[in-house]
Amino acid sequence: MRKIKLPLEDKVLNSLKIGEIVLLNGIIYTARDAAHKRMIKKLPFDIRGQVIYYAGPTPAPPGRVIGSCGPTTSARMDIYTPLLLKMGLKGMIGKGNRSSDVIKATKKYKAIYFVAIGGAGALLSKKIKSAKIIAYRNLGPEAIYKLEVEDFPVIVGIDSFGKNIFKKSSGRVYSAF
Amino acid sequence: MRMIYGDSIVSTVAKLCITANYKLRTDVKQSLKIAGRREKGLAKYALKTILENIDIAAKEHIPICQDTGMAVVFLEIGQDLQVKGNLIEAVQEGVRIGYKNGYLRSSVIDEPLGERRNTGDNTPAIIHTNITAGDKLKIAILPKGFGSENASALQMFKPTDSMKKIENFIIETVRKYGPNACPPLIIGVGIGGTFEKCAELAKKSLTRQIGKLNKDLNSRKLEKRLLKKINSLGIGPAGLGGKTTALAVNIETYPTHIAGLPIAINISCWALRQAQAVI
Ligand code: SF4
Repeated sequence: MRKIKLPLEDKVLNSLKIGEIVLLNGIIYTARDAAHKRMIKKLPFDIRGQVIYYAGPTPAPPGRVIGSCGPTTSARMDIYTPLLLKMGLKGMIGKGNRSSDVIKATKKYKAIYFVAIGGAGALLSKKIKSAKIIAYRNLGPEAIYKLEVEDFPVIVGIDSFGKNIFKKSSGRVYSAF
Repeated sequence: MRMIYGDSIVSTVAKLCITANYKLRTDVKQSLKIAGRREKGLAKYALKTILENIDIAAKEHIPICQDTGMAVVFLEIGQDLQVKGNLIEAVQEGVRIGYKNGYLRSSVIDEPLGERRNTGDNTPAIIHTNITAGDKLKIAILPKGFGSENASALQMFKPTDSMKKIENFIIETVRKYGPNACPPLIIGVGIGGTFEKCAELAKKSLTRQIGKLNKDLNSRKLEKRLLKKINSLGIGPAGLGGKTTALAVNIETYPTHIAGLPIAINISCWALRQAQAVI
């Protein structure tokens, strides 16, 4: 399994192909529905070159960095994604398929969509070395967390050439909710 | 008449919320293990990750999934039992305490079409009550994540509609939404009743253990047929392709009106969490 350093270098990003399992190392930012709704009006951090993780963790018990922290359904963010990619976002991590608009935008802006195994919140939380809320604290689990990850396992779902793993697996692309 | 106090309901519900979210149902875990043996490539990798996750959750006390759900509570209340205090409020308080003490996520918002403010304690829970014989209270809790709840559907068919049309509705629902619902899935199907009864049947069917045969022979045959068709869709674990899109199809039926044939599908992700107790 290839170890990938974040932020993503263009050369590395373009070498990633759908279906490859990689281990991410560096900084990622969580954002889900409510955060996206706010973000597109005013960005709370510089998203250029960064990776967003669609996730809302459980509260951290004493002595732990974070609670369970697996991916949420990416498709719900589809309506915001092309705009964020245009603004310079480079990577996304979530679960499930994406709309054709997102696939097109991923190709156009040379970005990448990673799939994390849905429901594996306990395992993935162990790959998170530090967590800090940097925006929208009042949204509770939907706040934006800056996470430092080490060997965070993901699979390339849509590569920078617009190839899509879900098309390969089920033969069709859907834009579901 | 036997009497129980609200307090014991509060503490039992709190415990059940925590147990359900940290320890996966053993039948589901077993079924995932078996599925892992017949897969290869990414499908095998996804199942291995899921199984590792289940073990980490139990051993290191981390919730199995970060979506610790909206708490769905089934109460079977013995008619010879008297509850001292407010039963429903006791259940809500149990959920409140369980989610707080168990470091579980508050995922409930107040006004669906309004500001959608998080209620902060994961209440209100969804409570289904049923009066039964005896003097016991049976409580079952299913924390239901919405990645898979969103993949559910209900349709009012006509009695003259063909079996093929009905099967297609079920299979198309899985095909469309399955990849987002954290497969391998458990497909709950409700057939009959009224609009709301049918949805409840679908949810209730998820409580049946995987591998436990349906008592109704026709339903059993339909379950088998649907499972085969669903697993030939190729969605696979985590939607990455493979043979295992669903672990089981569970059907529950109820008599219905001469003019109707309601069909509901309630989809559960592999993280089908459930805990129960009898007081
Ligand atoms: S669908 Fe289930 S496993 Fe997936 S994120 Fe939601 S609760 Fe977790």
